[in-house]
Amino acid sequence: MKRFSIVLVLALVAALGLSALAQAQVTLSYRFWDLNQAPAMEAIARAFEAKNPGIKIEIEVIPWSQYWTNLETAATGRNLPDVFWLNATNFELYASNNMLVPLDDWLAKSDLISLDDYPPALAAIYNYRGKQYAIPKDMDTIGLWYNKELFDAAGIPYPNADWTWDDFREAAIALTDEENQVWGFAAELSLQSGFGNTIYQAGGYVVNEDRTKAGLAEPEAIEGLKFWTDLINVDKASPSMAQMTDTEPISLFESGRAAMYFTGSWNAVRFNANEYTKDRVDVTVLPKGKQRAVIIHGLGNVIAANTKHREEAWKFVEFLGSREAMEIQAATGTVIPSYMALQDTWVKSIPQFNLQIFLDQIEWAVPYPVSVRARHWQQLLTDCLTPAWAGEISIEEAAQEAQRQVQEVLDSERR
Amino acid sequence: MSGINKKKLQDWFWAYFMILPTVAGTLIFSIWPLIQSFYLSFTEWGAFGSYDWGGTVNFERMLGDSVLWQALRNTIVFTVGSVPFGIALSIIVAVLLNTKIRGMSTYRTLYFLPVVTMPVAVAMVWRWLYNADFGLLNHILSTVGIAGPRWLTDPNYAMISLIIVSIWSSIGYNMVIFLSGLQGISKQYYEAAEIDGANSFVQFFRITLPMLSPTIFFVTVTSLISSFQVFELIFTMIGINSPVIRHTQSVVFYFYRQAFVNMDKGYAAAISLVLFVIILGVTIVQFRLQKRWVHYE
Repeated sequence: MKRFSIVLVLALVAALGLSALAQAQVTLSYRFWDLNQAPAMEAIARAFEAKNPGIKIEIEVIPWSQYWTNLETAATGRNLPDVFWLNATNFELYASNNMLVPLDDWLAKSDLISLDDYPPALAAIYNYRGKQYAIPKDMDTIGLWYNKELFDAAGIPYPNADWTWDDFREAAIALTDEENQVWGFAAELSLQSGFGNTIYQAGGYVVNEDRTKAGLAEPEAIEGLKFWTDLINVDKASPSMAQMTDTEPISLFESGRAAMYFTGSWNAVRFNANEYTKDRVDVTVLPKGKQRAVIIHGLGNVIAANTKHREEAWKFVEFLGSREAMEIQAATGTVIPSYMALQDTWVKSIPQFNLQIFLDQIEWAVPYPVSVRARHWQQLLTDCLTPAWAGEISIEEAAQEAQRQVQEVLDSERR
Repeated sequence: MSGINKKKLQDWFWAYFMILPTVAGTLIFSIWPLIQSFYLSFTEWGAFGSYDWGGTVNFERMLGDSVLWQALRNTIVFTVGSVPFGIALSIIVAVLLNTKIRGMSTYRTLYFLPVVTMPVAVAMVWRWLYNADFGLLNHILSTVGIAGPRWLTDPNYAMISLIIVSIWSSIGYNMVIFLSGLQGISKQYYEAAEIDGANSFVQFFRITLPMLSPTIFFVTVTSLISSFQVFELIFTMIGINSPVIRHTQSVVFYFYRQAFVNMDKGYAAAISLVLFVIILGVTIVQFRLQKRWVHYE
């Protein structure tokens, strides 16, 4: 019994000592979803710890499929991780519900970073009602990818930066070889890498800047949508919606059945890893409509309002946005760093693709269209447009219905 | 006298103590959520767990929601298409596998395999089989000169394709239950029937089916419930963005969409409540009807 008490006392002393130590050390949780980027994030965290001995970073990777449900549960219990990734679609939901800490005061005083280091349209995504809530982590824009072999076979010159919608359409029709099941284009139904771009190119908009009005039934927007449905249902220069549901458009492109495909810079790594596309495809800027436009998106690092260590969390977010951290991230080549001075590193990472075009387009980039309930209306938008893509109803009819439903959601945000 | 009471008390204590984990688990994880979702179905949902009392607003909305009614219709079509055929086929397979031939356990394992395979893996393989342009099914059809349909993207075929996969994956589980039912039937009946000169068809309809009816009843009840709750088959085989999703989505899929895509948990809870009432009703009717056709020994 006596010996037991001595052990107990010793254990107590040890525990007290440990907790005293722990108090001197602040631990911050950092949560994101992409396992591919975990090594880079880990390296950045270690570099930060080396510079800030009092702060420890604990990384939590939650797969994409559970990330948002998980985050929402955490937010409901005011138990969000100190620092985490957000994307545009979900950002305003968190910002509008006071789940995030505004960064403006710190930004004004920072020696390490300034918002001018990042593309303006990208930084604007994370500005909600005049306050900046996130530092952009990476970025992506959309390009026109094409299969050189199919162009050569058809004797058509490769797409270039001067192409207009008409040039594009002509080539798509000429490249289509119905008999051999080869199409000029794979007209995927996608806001970010598809019709969103052409709506802005036609001079229209998806939602206006103060998120009070959807512009889907405006004549310009309908023109931007018609670009897609005409290629599928009038020109037959793209596989049908049913075919693209059976076989993903990207797979059609990767197997030489679609000569052209719009997709983001994030697929460069994928096309480089694929034996077929590696040397057969290249990329150029999107064809020009009434004007030039491309959708820009990128993730942001944010601080949870429920964190107990605001200053420390800011130090980490500041470091994540700094040149040093961005250099570590850029070296992996998986994503374009948002830090403009370092984007050349990414361009050189896959020399056979003309990746420079993704950066050239920043000049006319527009932010990915969102609002507080973006996740909700983006799904409704897809639901409404699907029958038009499938050729069951006219695009005008689909656009009217989409306008009605999206507007209803936007109106509900202001109640 | 007091001794007996004390012993009885002690027995009760231990009995309740032993079932406590199960009772507590049921109360916490089944009954309480049930009460909660009943309450939530009367609320209007906001962001991050905030909600207001909405009265019957969700139920009123349901009346005018044509997509929900179509989802209910889809669910009924799916159930009517998959449950009777699935059970009939399972009985036939079970009867065939209840004989003594070589390699019987291999056959039984083969039929049971779909049950232990991951649903997502099953869906992947079937999607490839069904692929209209590169799939095996249409390739085989093309060799005999038939242009196969777009199995999963043509509204006229998508539901049938789903029903086929559903039946295929349910045979194994039902078969095992029927097998155990078959083995409970006394040999004497068959011997007596044989002496009376009954052939095997007569034996099947006059002995096997009536004696198996309690098992058939059990399988029908559980199959109907799980069929009314079909979700992952649609989620993995069709997908939320498919052009045929409206023609194939079930009530539970629509519930998922409301709860986790639209983040409208109030409306989702109301939908689940209605589905609960429907399933309860169907099950009660089945129990009422069982007197007419289920024979207990």
